[in-house]
Order: sequence, then structure tokens, then C-alpha cells
Amino acid sequence: MSETVRKSVLAVGPFHPLQEEMEYFQLTVDGEIVTDIDVRISYNHRGIEKLSEGLQFDQVPFLVSRICGICSASHPLAYVQAVEEIAQVEVPERALYVRTIINELERIHSHLLWVGLAGHFIGYDTVFMWAWKYREPVLDLLEEITGNRNNYGNVKVGGCREDVPDEMKPKILAELDALEQKTEMLTKAVLDDPVLHARLKGVGILKKEDAVKFAVTGPTARGSDVDIDVRHDDPYAAYSALDWKVISQPEGDVFAKAVVRLLEVLEAVKMTREAVQKLPKGPVAVEVKEIPPGEGCGHAEAPRGETFHYVRSDGGNRPVRHKVRAPSYVNVPSFRASCIGEHIADVTITLAAVDPCYSCTERVAVVDGQRQVIHDYASLLQLSRERTARLRKEIGAPDMRLEDI
Amino acid sequence: MKQDVLDKRLKEVRDRLIGVERTSANRIYLLCEAEQVYDVCAFLFDELTLRFVISTGLDAEHCFEVLHHFADDECGCFVTVKAFIRDRENPEIESITPLIPGAEWIEREMHDILGIGFKNHPNLRRLILNDDWPEGVYPLRKEVKT
Repeated sequence: MSETVRKSVLAVGPFHPLQEEMEYFQLTVDGEIVTDIDVRISYNHRGIEKLSEGLQFDQVPFLVSRICGICSASHPLAYVQAVEEIAQVEVPERALYVRTIINELERIHSHLLWVGLAGHFIGYDTVFMWAWKYREPVLDLLEEITGNRNNYGNVKVGGCREDVPDEMKPKILAELDALEQKTEMLTKAVLDDPVLHARLKGVGILKKEDAVKFAVTGPTARGSDVDIDVRHDDPYAAYSALDWKVISQPEGDVFAKAVVRLLEVLEAVKMTREAVQKLPKGPVAVEVKEIPPGEGCGHAEAPRGETFHYVRSDGGNRPVRHKVRAPSYVNVPSFRASCIGEHIADVTITLAAVDPCYSCTERVAVVDGQRQVIHDYASLLQLSRERTARLRKEIGAPDMRLEDI
Repeated sequence: MKQDVLDKRLKEVRDRLIGVERTSANRIYLLCEAEQVYDVCAFLFDELTLRFVISTGLDAEHCFEVLHHFADDECGCFVTVKAFIRDRENPEIESITPLIPGAEWIEREMHDILGIGFKNHPNLRRLILNDDWPEGVYPLRKEVKT
């Protein structure tokens, strides 16, 4: 008998043309169980930090808003906060509220997007349809305020480029009321569903100590009982003037992360409503002429976690160094802690639970030692869905229908 | 911890530093030589239980700088360890990945794009650059123009 140990490798990625990012995960598997994970990134590295050194301070927000379509409010905000720290700019109060409104609307649509996709991955396409339907009016609001559904380009050093018009307030408030009602229904449906409990609880657990070691942020950290939130810990924009609470869950599993996101949507609706109601009168920007030499750290709570920007200026009109750290950069490596020991059927949803870009899970192939493809993405998705169906049968739960939520 | 407690505790690491800069109440920069970086970071991460945020590698023309950013989430304070690597020909610094697994990627990234070596890094493979990128070309160095 040969003594060579042949490892089976599950290749996830690296490329999917429909999604905006490429990542490659290599899972080593023993039967159904994942025993190791390796990640290769940077298939889509665009050299933004280097490009930024060649742009003027006021051009950079447009560049960094293109780092991520979904987080296109938080990246420029973190950047302008870093520059405002260097230049010690006093931003007008109205601009702080407008920034809050845009960023919370972004959080709402991003979390709903995640809820929908998570539903899709485990075979709850009803959740997918409904969550994305609820998300649509939020994008419409953002378009009406900033001119774009994504890539808003609304912040600049010293304030905002577009104001929230006072005559839009009633419309925003009405949309928020409708959204709150629907999200509450959706949240209740998810929290009360025995199949979802069976399918997501205890799956992909990221322990608190691992969350600290891997320095994760956002809902990934808050789902593991690490209650960090930049909006609360180092308040920016108008967050310190609003009534809201940091949502955290102790379990660390996929279900906990789902609960955190759903409850955060409700908090975000509350916050946006209060910010719209309190929106102070006054200018929406001040003029900033020169950026003195110095360095600044800006961070903002993006839907996926803390977005961090470090900027150094030598007194010229361009940054000499601009470092960007998106939340997925620290959240993705935590897969080493959450995926090892899991079933292959649970990997799809565990990878999805930190809300990275989905390109990775779209092209999945299981290869054994002889390079023979056993599973592709579709069959893994099928595995995940079959597991849900099996659990549903065991529990004796009825199929989920549209009218249930 | 509270800001005044943090300020007081930071004094414990004073003999390893060459300077301290404070740009505002909750933005502190601890300046040190490359040789001291592990001990300073170990103090911040293990003793003060600060959260590791990320690192920034920087070509400062006369030297390289590695900035390890830490955050205290109770008082919202950033404590940045700014380490200077004086040897431009063969830039090297102690890795903090054995201490903080979350630093693995960023150290690999700095190794790729600035050519900084990280001693004791468990896995210093390429992260950003393609496998066929030429050796010895470091895109974030200032000599490479945008």
C-alpha cells in the first residue's frame, strides 16, 4: 500500500465575470470535512493607493468611492475624515447629518442585499426576492439625493457635494416607515423559522478570541460578541447626536451574523429617520484651500466593518501616501478559524456570512488528487440547499411561502 | 480603557521609543527603530489589549517606515507604532504575525510592494503581485512613477 497521503483539494474561484472581485480559496478536505484553507487574492488589484499619490486631494474621493460599489459612501468618508484631521477642518453641522443619512441608507441596502443572497445560498429564494425588493426604494432615494444609485461621490474635504433637499424629507420618512414595517416582518420570519435555526445555528463559528486575533471588524466581530462599532467608539458625522445602540450577539455562528445584520437594518432606519427630522439648517460645505503637512487616520463603519484610511501630506496638493484598508481584508482571513472542521455543504454560507464579494463562491470546483472534477459551484449550491431541505423535513416544517412574510 | 489611563500606561514602553507625536487627543504616534517594533506591538496588543487595525508601509525616500495602527475602541484612540528602517539596501524588520495572525496579509503585501523583509514571518509568499512579476521591482517605491 502506498504511504503517500493524497489530499483532496476544493478550489473556490478565482474568477467570475459577473461579480466585481476575484478571490481564490483552496480548501483541503477529508471526505466532507474541511481540514485546511488557503486564500489567494489580488486578481483584481487596481493599484488604488499608488494612483491616489498621483491625484490631487479633492480628486481622491472619486477614486476611492470606486473601490467598492456597495461601500461607495464609507470609503470617501473615511478618506475625507483623515484629510480633515490633517487640515483641522470644522465641517458644518448639516454636512455631518447628510453624511450620516447617506451612510445609513448605504448600510440598509447593503445588509438587505446580504440577507437576500444568504437566503439564496441556502435555498430560500423567497427571502432573496423579498429582501431585494425592499432594497430597491432605498437605492431610489440615494439616486434622488446624490444622482447615483451607487458611487454617490457626495463627500468632499470640508463637507458634502449634494444636500438632502428639505422638500424630500416627507418622501424619505414615508419610505423609511414602509421599509421598517417590511424589515420587521422579514426579521421576525427569519428569527422564528425552525429550519433556519437548524441550518445556521452552530455553523461556521468564529470564537471571540479568534475574532480578536484575526482583528475582524463589523458584523463579523459583533456576531462574535466583540461589540466594536466605529460609529459608537470614535463617533464621526452626526452619530453621537442620535439615539441608537450597537447590536452584538454572543454565538459567533452564521445565524448570529444574520441577526446582527437584520437588527442593524432596523437601527439604521431609526437613525436615518432621526437624522432627517433633526437635519439642521445651514451650509453643507466649507471651502478648504490648502492641506498642510501632516498625517491623519480616518475611519468609518462601512456595512461590512471598519474602513480605515491613512493619509500623509507634505504640504503639496497630493497625498504622499494613502493607505486604504477595507473591512474584508481583515474579515476574510478569519475563514481559517471559522471554516476548518466544517462540512463542505456549510462552507458556502460560512464564506458568505462575513459578506465578502460573492465571486469566490460562484465558481467552485472540487478536485481530487487525480485532478478529476467532482463538484462544481452548482452542485455545491445544491448540496447546501439539500441540507436545508433535509433539515426542513426532519423538523416537519412547511415550505416557506410568500404570504408567510 | 479611558484616555487618561491609556496615556499613563503608554509611559511603560517609553524606553523603547525615540519619540512620541500627538496630532490630537486621540491620535498618538509612537516612534521607534525597527529593532524595537515587536516589543512595542506586543505591549500594545497583549498588555493593553488594543485592537490591531492594519499596517502602512511607506517609502520615505531616506528610509522606509512601517506603521502598525492599533485602536482602543473604548476611547476611540488610534495608537500608531511608527518604525523606521534605516537600511535602504536591505530593508528588514521583525514580523508581528507570530503575535497577531491578522497581520499576515498586510506584511506579505508590504513585502510585495515595498520589498521590506519580515523576519520570522510564517508565510512570506506573494499576496498582491502576480507570480511572474519580475524580482526586485517594488511598485510602491517612489522611484516607480505613477
